[in-house]
Amino acid sequence: MIETICSIELPVGENLQIKKNRITCENATGKEGRIVIVSGIHGDELEGQYVCYEMTRRLKEHPEYLKGIVDLYPAVNPLGMDLAQRNVPKLEMDMNRIFPGSTEGAVMERAAAALVDDIVGADICIDVHASDKFVKEIPQVRVSEDFAKRLLPFAKLMNVDMIWLNATATVHESTLAHTMNMLGVPTLVVEMGLGTRINRSYGNQVVDGIFYLMREMGLWSGPVTEVKQPLVSTDGEVEFIRAGHSGIFLPSIEHHHRIRKGDKIGEIIDVLTGTVTQEIVAQKDGLVFTLREYPFVYEGALLARILTGIKGGFERCL
Amino acid sequence: MFVEEIFRMKAPCREDMVVKGYRFGKGDKAACILGPVRGNEVQQLYICSQLVRVFKELENNGCISAGKEILVIPVVNHFSMNVAKRFWGVDDIDINRMFPGNPEGDTAARIADGIMQEIRDYSYGIQLASFYMNGEFVPHVRMMETGYQNTSLANLFGLPYVVVRKPKPIDTRTLNYNWQDEKTAAFSLYTNKNQEIDATSANQAVAAVLRFLTRMGIVRYESHSGYISHVIMEEDLSNIHAGSGGIFRGLVKPGEDVRYGNLLAEIIDPYEGNVKETIVAPTDGIVFFAHTENLITESEIAYRLIHRLHA
Repeated sequence: MIETICSIELPVGENLQIKKNRITCENATGKEGRIVIVSGIHGDELEGQYVCYEMTRRLKEHPEYLKGIVDLYPAVNPLGMDLAQRNVPKLEMDMNRIFPGSTEGAVMERAAAALVDDIVGADICIDVHASDKFVKEIPQVRVSEDFAKRLLPFAKLMNVDMIWLNATATVHESTLAHTMNMLGVPTLVVEMGLGTRINRSYGNQVVDGIFYLMREMGLWSGPVTEVKQPLVSTDGEVEFIRAGHSGIFLPSIEHHHRIRKGDKIGEIIDVLTGTVTQEIVAQKDGLVFTLREYPFVYEGALLARILTGIKGGFERCL
Repeated sequence: MFVEEIFRMKAPCREDMVVKGYRFGKGDKAACILGPVRGNEVQQLYICSQLVRVFKELENNGCISAGKEILVIPVVNHFSMNVAKRFWGVDDIDINRMFPGNPEGDTAARIADGIMQEIRDYSYGIQLASFYMNGEFVPHVRMMETGYQNTSLANLFGLPYVVVRKPKPIDTRTLNYNWQDEKTAAFSLYTNKNQEIDATSANQAVAAVLRFLTRMGIVRYESHSGYISHVIMEEDLSNIHAGSGGIFRGLVKPGEDVRYGNLLAEIIDPYEGNVKETIVAPTDGIVFFAHTENLITESEIAYRLIHRLHA
């Protein structure tokens, strides 16, 4: 059932609406568990579109296996998505920095509050993000250390390649995830792929994980795919590789590959003079889980993130 | 006056980004004044440029106090200003949400760090800032409630209002918050405009800065004494929201006195031209903020009022 959980009148002939598709099991008693999938908080992150679509498709295909309620919110920042813009257009605010919002606040604060109010009471929430348009990510769950004890058992069922504990802003205060976790709804942040793109393979991998999680939570009785054993960032150490010069970055490696100390990661070139201004070499062995796709860089731009010093060795990486 | 390079970053295909500082006087790091970190803060740029002009005259006339140094950084983010963008670069990052910065961090964090390294040791820090909402304010001094904020000092600017904001998590990355954290007495000055220059309000800001610096013994400048500021907590302001979207016709301006029931604005149906909603004052008060765009969205803040407690 499609519901509108928030509708705000825009100036001319249109409403800003956040819509939800609620899929309920057959013969519901009212005591079923509920899983929530949220996507599109950042308008340039489209991976969640496929996840929501594929969830719905599989659920429609086999409604007999559903034992609970699935709430899907594919586009919570619809204006941002329309423009493929991370922030809320016009306000230029990051919607994922205004939670829990306010019912008495300004436009997007009300939208945020409506979303929170609608999710409260769920058994689990999955906030699906993509990366931005600059770097590509392997499928991963990001978890704040504050909630790690509670969330890790869920995260390990998600069929992702990695769980990153205490990752940066995505899981911190003012985010949907932090708010929902504080309100008692275990909330996982999924990151994968690249901004403004959809990687169907990554999407299927995560959807497989969500169904596995649902089965473990008693929300799904159908067949599921065995899930991967993810690396956890505490198995090693996350190393950030940043541009030391401004210019054009040309990677020498593939995303989601292991590298050895001394391997060339890439180079930064000066196009005008035809020179290499920086050669970037790995300082440690590790797994490249983030790699820059957008070549234009200023000093400090993120080029790659590598999980180094992995316990159990490289075999666990691939 | 010494002009020096505060920060430089090489750009792939533009001139290097060079942030310039203008130093006046010699001695203790007394006061630092910082201009736009956002590309739409044209009024703030104008104010800083006028301050540089005045400080030059004061220095030539021996009116910068002995043993006191003033640093003015008229603009940080001219790169965005020159391409009519509010935020930094292709990343679209708000540099005012990147403080205190990080020399090993991403580009905007490095810019913030480069600036912070130069401005951290000043006794008084004044940022010409802008708010996230588009609209007009009564000129005021704003500060975060960090435990270090000093409203008595803020009064010395002689602007009508001093506003104290309880910081939300997102505010902890602003310059004002982090400047205070570094034990600088930090103030953010807001005038009525951002993208357009309002000379009257800009001159009021210039006068306020000079008044403050005079009262702190940093410059000698003859000026009238200004207002005895009214200190207000931001959460005590009454927000008046639009009940519907449409064409906005504002009828009152910042600083105006309004009475309970006074008509403040009309929202006009954008298709049929009739008034679809009237916005009236819910209380006696003074208009602190007014929405000024011609269009308005439902729930958007149309006005913020300061309660008038005594008639």
